[in-house]
Amino acid sequence: MHELAITQSVVDSVCERAGGRPVRSVRVRVGVLTAVVPDSMRFCFGLVTEGTAAEGAQLEIDQPPGAGRCRTCAVEFTLTDLILLCPCGSADVEITSGQELQIVSMEVG
Amino acid sequence: MLREDGAPDHGHPHPHPGAHPHPHERRQPSGAGETVTIEQKVLAKNDLLAERNRRWMTDRGVVAVNVMSSPGAGKTTLLERAVTDLGGRRPVAVVEGDQETRLDADRIRRTGCAVVQVNTGAGCHLDAEMMRDALTALSPAEGSLLMVENVGNLVCPALFDLGERSKVVIISVTEGTDKPLKYPYMFAAADLILINKSDLLPYVDFDVEQCVRHARSVNPDVRVLTVSATTGEGLAHWYDWLAEQR
Ligand SMILES: Nc1nc2c(ncn2[C@@H]2O[C@H](COP(=O)(O)OP(=O)(O)OP(=O)(O)O)[C@@H](O)[C@H]2O)c(=O)[nH]1
Ligand SMILES: [Mg+2]
Ligand SMILES: [Zn+2]
Repeated sequence: MHELAITQSVVDSVCERAGGRPVRSVRVRVGVLTAVVPDSMRFCFGLVTEGTAAEGAQLEIDQPPGAGRCRTCAVEFTLTDLILLCPCGSADVEITSGQELQIVSMEVG
Repeated sequence: MLREDGAPDHGHPHPHPGAHPHPHERRQPSGAGETVTIEQKVLAKNDLLAERNRRWMTDRGVVAVNVMSSPGAGKTTLLERAVTDLGGRRPVAVVEGDQETRLDADRIRRTGCAVVQVNTGAGCHLDAEMMRDALTALSPAEGSLLMVENVGNLVCPALFDLGERSKVVIISVTEGTDKPLKYPYMFAAADLILINKSDLLPYVDFDVEQCVRHARSVNPDVRVLTVSATTGEGLAHWYDWLAEQR
């Protein structure tokens, strides 16, 4: 379960940045084209924050949708999975959104 | 960044200023609390350690190949053959990642190859810190090929950069043609896909061409080779590909 390792990284980073202040909420950005399941992440967050400065904190997850741009015909379109196929038939597609895995911000104090 | 003894240095808890992976925080008061903008990759720390491993290996002409598959696809068997067949051409060393046991490392050790076992316990993948420790323990010779057997798992290992040159994903013909569609993240990350156990093709309904099409639907330019660790079919092409990894 990689959500555990991912969530551990989030909690380690925010606790380090909080410098001893209590963390009230954490906002992360998890694109829909990552292999990370938000519900698993929420579950892990409860476990991992126990006994840390982020115990009891809220986890807010933004989920950017998947999007791609065709390098052949320049059209932009929605991607619901990693199958890179433009409506024009080209497979030369650049993923422009959906692969984010970032810590956005936190609220402390 | 190196320690005096030449081992890659990531012993301190916070990345130092020269290699700061995150922009400096902006603070704005909001109600009772204070909002701190972070805007940092979740895996920034792993990525930083991986980058140090990569530099450490580049400096020594060491090339690491990260070998991933579901449990039992044939990683250890392919590595046993490769270290035996390639040992004469180039120094080879192996990192064995497993949740438990030293069995796979013992299999490699019996071939006479340098090997270190990393047990991940509850963890389902190797990470850059484990790779750093493995490099320190192995201290691979200049110009080595370092084969890394990741934990048998088609999801998590794809997310964690170790500092390797390339990623090899193995699928065996008993696993089903649609594996690349079920585990697209792993197949999208691959530089090379090995379709292993080709000796069993007469007995299973596995469509090699269809599997290659599925793999290319998530990774258009990926190289694919069909091999059998048992009969040796196709292994020469796999060794040619390894020889290109410098
Ligand atoms: N028929 C056939 N069997 C193979 C081949 N390669 C591996 N095997 C068998 O598949 C089984 C699993 O092989 P391993 O090399 O241990 O697989 P692995 O991927 O290292 O497994 P884990 O480390 O447990 O994830 C063993 O019984 C091997 O003998 C092959 O090319 N053909
Ligand atoms: Mg093995
Ligand atoms: Zn197009």
